[in-house]
Amino acid sequence: MLRASLLALCAAMPAAADEIWVSNEKDDTISVIDIETLEVVRTIEVGERPRGITFSKDHSVLYLCASDSDSVQVIDPETGEILHDLPSGEDPEQFVLHPDDRHLYIANEDDAITTVVDTETRTVVAQIDVGIEPEGMAVSPDGKIAITTSETTNMAHWIDTETQELFANTLVDSRPRHAEFIKDGTELWVSAEIGGTISVFDVATQQETTKIDFEVQGVHPDRVQPVGFEFTNGDTHAFVALGPSNHVAVVNAETYEVEDYILVGRRVWHMEFNRDRSLLFTTNGVSGDVTVIDVAAREPVKTIKVGRFPWGAAFRPTE
Amino acid sequence: MLRLALATMCLAAPAWAQIDVTVHYLTVERELPPTLSNLDPRPERLGLDGAAVAIEDNATTGRFLGQTYALTDSTVPLGEDPAEAARAALGETLFLVIDAPAEVLTAIADLPEAQGAILFNATEGANDLRDAECRANLLHTIPSTAMRTDALAQFLVRKRWDDLPVIAGTHPDDLAYLAALERSLTKFGLEIGTRKDWVFDADMRRNAAQEVPLFTQDLGDYDALLVADELGDFGRYILYNTWEPRPVAGSEGLTAVTWARVVEQWGAVQLQNRFEEAAGREMEPEDYGAWAAIRALGEAVTRTSAADPAALRAFLLSDEFELAGFKGRPMTFRAWNGQLRQPIPIVHPRALVANAPLEGFLHQRTELDTLGLDEPESACTAFD
Repeated sequence: MLRASLLALCAAMPAAADEIWVSNEKDDTISVIDIETLEVVRTIEVGERPRGITFSKDHSVLYLCASDSDSVQVIDPETGEILHDLPSGEDPEQFVLHPDDRHLYIANEDDAITTVVDTETRTVVAQIDVGIEPEGMAVSPDGKIAITTSETTNMAHWIDTETQELFANTLVDSRPRHAEFIKDGTELWVSAEIGGTISVFDVATQQETTKIDFEVQGVHPDRVQPVGFEFTNGDTHAFVALGPSNHVAVVNAETYEVEDYILVGRRVWHMEFNRDRSLLFTTNGVSGDVTVIDVAAREPVKTIKVGRFPWGAAFRPTE
Repeated sequence: MLRLALATMCLAAPAWAQIDVTVHYLTVERELPPTLSNLDPRPERLGLDGAAVAIEDNATTGRFLGQTYALTDSTVPLGEDPAEAARAALGETLFLVIDAPAEVLTAIADLPEAQGAILFNATEGANDLRDAECRANLLHTIPSTAMRTDALAQFLVRKRWDDLPVIAGTHPDDLAYLAALERSLTKFGLEIGTRKDWVFDADMRRNAAQEVPLFTQDLGDYDALLVADELGDFGRYILYNTWEPRPVAGSEGLTAVTWARVVEQWGAVQLQNRFEEAAGREMEPEDYGAWAAIRALGEAVTRTSAADPAALRAFLLSDEFELAGFKGRPMTFRAWNGQLRQPIPIVHPRALVANAPLEGFLHQRTELDTLGLDEPESACTAFD
């Protein structure tokens, strides 16, 4: 009897399934997608021009770049309530949470600065001068190196997280947008939107080792613009959003060959996996939706309408 | 011992050599006839403000590479000799960004002192400069008038607006624009319908509502009314005063422009913000032309680690060069006439309407070459 009622209770619980949280840049909202039903189950009002979005390691709070509110907002994912703002410097666009689960490295797009914020004391620990329009942010798995890419300076800036100072600056192609460390932090990938390439760096020497090109049939190379990308389990493959070409590329991370192109919504920007990385959710800015990709089949399986200009996405487990 | 110390120093120093680049911005004042309205005065530092922002952009990048960028400027008042000012500037640097009429640009480019220099035309749209009057040392970062009228023509084709009367002013700039419009419409299979010349000398702020309906009554039915009024004299009084309720396009209403404050996609907001913060006003096409010139130069210096004009010119005209210009596509130079390829926003005062080249206008090289003088059309031989 008790068991039956518990079961019934569980079935009635709204937050049973894992979720994908999507920041809608031009709606000042977050759309919460239920991964079981693939439907938007909640829409949360947040600060102005939400872009970068990430959870703390235990998923107890959400950090959100509210760019035009000039703050990083800390949000309770259960209630959707904004708990407090973190000082972030002007126009925070994108950020990355250090493996210590405490320090946020924030790109201040309008100010050519990377701001380091301590989320516990809620203070700015450091501000580092970088190139113009910093955007892509990454931290190595051991936490020792942070990367900022600057869109107009066309560089990856390498930050020593101990001294909070730059120790290298490497040129990449035009408008670098996103950076990720892979293979235990031995390799760094940087996408260049206008250059149309991804540069692969050897982290030990900060030397570029490979450059990946893309070619979508029927789309002029000018419109093939790599932005966000994420890696499958074991870092074997990268899924790369190609912006206004409306495709996601599948790149073999061993051979650096592009194996597939998947048609998604318009101006695909960033993406996030579900728990076992069997599904990938891409934000499509212009069409205002999210494409769900079956990772194994490399096929789109569903389109989910969200808010205006979805920008970033973050995974939230609910158990 | 010394050699060893030197070797160690070289290893310790960054891999980049110190490079210092000075750019001179030369303004040659033009005679501006009076216009009916003074609502939009010409900003005092038009163009120069764009140059200043680009120098800052270059300097920020240069900081990480041991490169510095400096901007100097001079103005030639009406009636004075531009050649003298140009010679003085060329004595200081071989990188000039120039705001001057077409005939002054070619005169400067032909100076013995300018041979081996890189001159950027930042503000002059004259098609001749990309055609028979081109110069090997003169690059154009402002679009030609043909690029703008081609963009508009693509839009008219897309909308199937093919009955197109025109009202034209009498200033040489109006006539040049009208000629470019005619060429573009022909290129895309359209033609200009009835032409009426604007010869009024009354002050339209008082009587546009009475005059324009009558003036446009005999145009009969049509799709859109084209206006050739590059000085911004009478065009603003045509809108909403036509006999038939029709859209207005050309120099007024729906315009194809180098740049406008309503361009906000493709990261453009960042450039708009940087500019407004620095200049305290909105960024105009001339500012964009100057910005693009100095950013292109900076990009070439960054990528080649060179400061010698011959090497930089070769790189600028090569396939390796590309500039991220906040208009949605990489921008490159046409190797046959030195024109910077670029998308052309089609705007009204409150929003971007379309961005040319429009979808469906194809070209074997790049769709951007559907705008302006293509290689077979251009009589330019200085780049061969």
